[in-house]
Amino acid sequence: MPDRFIYLDHNATTPLHPEVKNTITEMMEIYGNPSSLHSAGRIARQKIEQSRETVAGFIGAAPDEIIFVGSGSEANNTVLNSLSCSSQVCRLERKSRDSIITTAIEHPCIMETSKCLRERGFPVNHLPVDVNGKVKIDKLRELLTYQTALVSVMYANNEIGTIQDIKTIAEITHSRGAFFHTDAVQAVGKIPVDVKDLNVDFLTLSAHKIYGPKGIGALYIRRGTPFCPMIRGGHQERGRRAGTENTIGIVAFAKAIEMRQQEMHDEAERLNRFRKILIDGIKNNIPDVQFNGHPTDVLPGTLNVSFVGAEGESILLYLDLEGIGVSTGSACASGSLDPSHVILATGIGAELAHGSIRISMGRENTLDDIQYTISALKRVIQRVRDMSTTYQRKTA
Amino acid sequence: MSDQFNWLYTDIVKDHFTNPRNVLRDEENFPADGNGITGNIKCGDQMQFLIQVDKVNNTIKDCRWRTYGCASAIASTSVLSEMVKGMKLDDAYRLTPKDIIKNLGSLPEHKIHCSVLGDKALRAAIDDYYRRNGMADKIKHEEARVICQCMNVTDHEIEEAVLDGARTYIELQERTKLGTVCGQCEEEATELLNKYIEEHFGGNLKLL
Repeated sequence: MPDRFIYLDHNATTPLHPEVKNTITEMMEIYGNPSSLHSAGRIARQKIEQSRETVAGFIGAAPDEIIFVGSGSEANNTVLNSLSCSSQVCRLERKSRDSIITTAIEHPCIMETSKCLRERGFPVNHLPVDVNGKVKIDKLRELLTYQTALVSVMYANNEIGTIQDIKTIAEITHSRGAFFHTDAVQAVGKIPVDVKDLNVDFLTLSAHKIYGPKGIGALYIRRGTPFCPMIRGGHQERGRRAGTENTIGIVAFAKAIEMRQQEMHDEAERLNRFRKILIDGIKNNIPDVQFNGHPTDVLPGTLNVSFVGAEGESILLYLDLEGIGVSTGSACASGSLDPSHVILATGIGAELAHGSIRISMGRENTLDDIQYTISALKRVIQRVRDMSTTYQRKTA
Repeated sequence: MSDQFNWLYTDIVKDHFTNPRNVLRDEENFPADGNGITGNIKCGDQMQFLIQVDKVNNTIKDCRWRTYGCASAIASTSVLSEMVKGMKLDDAYRLTPKDIIKNLGSLPEHKIHCSVLGDKALRAAIDDYYRRNGMADKIKHEEARVICQCMNVTDHEIEEAVLDGARTYIELQERTKLGTVCGQCEEEATELLNKYIEEHFGGNLKLL
């Protein structure tokens, strides 16, 4: 890495909060199995239950409505897969409903799981989105039937940052008696989220998107909602997720949430300001750009922009050489031949999808970082376009 | 250096990515004897290659290129542009991605398909030159047929691989990298594999 590295990829993951680091170091002394009755076990158990209260409280849930899992992907897989359980109990609980409605812009862990479910005979529909990435709610009304078991719509999109109208979507879903799940890993800790206000049945959280460690997430399950565990075994998490608890991860997750509680509000304001500076800086310095995502209903630190005639992976790597870390929707960076399914779903076309860059800012970024990024982008885009076969040259 | 995450930082790749050679500049006047373009923006890459030909010696005098493509397309075509200067047209025509990668040091497997653009565009430019100079008979698209579009593997290379010992589709993939990206050519490649095994080894070694 160069001497100065400006990290602008917080939607991928975040560095640990210094307070979280301290917590992890302290927690290394806590070794007891939380299921053990002796004092070493009871200390661990107490730490976990305190953490559960913190996490639950932050999203307006009761502690017994939260289970800790290994990742956001695990939580999402668990919710969708519970549909495919053929045991009599599970089938009765979902009243023989067997179809799922989700969206065209979900995270791969939802896309792939729903694909697998479809191959196993469960009807799956993907809701389209408009040009700003908002789910077409009319289409939900059209597709929703009394056969629909579950509707799953991501709260805020990881690539373009668009925030969905979850409250409305949950209400429509419930009007046909289906359950509602939202993957909120990009939303919790960045914007206010309250499960009671939203009236959702399942909600997915993750620690590493909000300055906590990797490998720990949580799932909110509303009291009384039918549930089928994905990992069976011991009675951990009240029988809903077997496996000895990741005590260090859980406590560090709660610490990260506690820090979000203190920092989220001011940080959102600051990142929104940076976002505007970035948009103006790009507009004023670089011609032929297009901003992707919703203009106002968007995550505070997320900016997705396409540069006409410039391929995303080469932009990303030239920026990396300038000491800036971003991500791209280009196919070349993904290892497949397809560009970002999210950008394509907004209907902007493959070339602009290949030329899209996601800048996701976070708590340690400064105004100086943002200004440097604007100047580096100007240099890099010029350079890539100079080599481009497709960029319309003024002199040509 | 097969580390797929550090490929950019092999010295040769990094050098060619940061300082690509022989890029066609806007302000430059480069009258080309052959101009070839290949690739598709929808797939995220396009390459243009221009050549000037020494018509006495049938060699490439000079060349330029442009791309809408990723870092490895940029680095590999930059390397290719240095390789072909002074090269006989016939030899340049036969260059394969393998030759380019050898000169580049190495590329991780998932990046190899990006480097086939350069040699494809070069062949298109040579074809264009032949066409313009009444030598259309030298254009070889009839002769070798590309079976795997992603990795630019022809039926000839499949035959060579069979002669080289490939007996199963997996062995064919190991030798040619065919079918390792989108996989659409599997059926056709398997048919050809069986055909060449039959032809050369009497059909005792059928693919199951």
